[in-house]
Amino acid sequence: MGRKTKINAEDGKQELLITREFDLPLGLLFKAYTEPGLVEQWMGTKVLKLESKKHGSYQFETTDTEGKVAFRANGVIHEFVSNRKITRTFEIENAPFGVQLEFLEFEQLTDNTSKLNMRTIYESAALRNQVLQLPFAQGINMAHDRLQDILNNPDSYREK
Amino acid sequence: METRRDVFQAIADPTRRAILTLVALQAMTPGAIADRFDSSRQTISKHIQILTECRLLKQEESGREIYYHLNPKKMKEVANFIEPFRKMWDDRFNKLETVMKQSMKNLAHKEK
Repeated sequence: MGRKTKINAEDGKQELLITREFDLPLGLLFKAYTEPGLVEQWMGTKVLKLESKKHGSYQFETTDTEGKVAFRANGVIHEFVSNRKITRTFEIENAPFGVQLEFLEFEQLTDNTSKLNMRTIYESAALRNQVLQLPFAQGINMAHDRLQDILNNPDSYREK
Repeated sequence: METRRDVFQAIADPTRRAILTLVALQAMTPGAIADRFDSSRQTISKHIQILTECRLLKQEESGREIYYHLNPKKMKEVANFIEPFRKMWDDRFNKLETVMKQSMKNLAHKEK
């Protein structure tokens, strides 16, 4: 049952490969990447703009509960081959991660299943590793913050 | 109060996290590790000591040099640093699949 997402990140390289098989016909998988309303639903971000064509540009944005911008990313599409390939740049604004080059390849497996191979190239191996470990670091920070919180306010956690 | 050398305290420091990431890619000597940071050799040594005390780093002698390795068993307690990244994408792709399957259903209903 190999539907799990796989990450391939070789030591010292500045790229990584993300692969995943889907219980979806190829056309639907591709559509999920090209229609703004759909992208919003699964990426969990607002799509300010998405021109799904060669030389089109795109911009995503996430705001917090107070309407402040928490995340914004943009990029340009270099190659666009329907149901086959999207090549684009990807850049998170106001972040030290540089610009990424992404090669998204879409492949049919059977009538009802398909596969995505996403190859991302970073400006350096160090930047790739930073991006890779960010969720890990965030998770640790969250665990640590929670622990700190308990230590600073023992009364609120003590049984009454 | 005696400082407890537990894994989460060790990992709470950003420099120590950076050391772990370095050594995760390849075993390194203390000198090679210290070279990667602006801090003094002494400061880095202290960080390495903390990581070794809680068994996140293991020492191995090779000739006259000491090499530090990441201890995979201990790291598993804190989770593979790539796993949260993988899980983030896995969650997104699960959502993609759900959203698109729903759109298939909606289309089928409309055509009835």
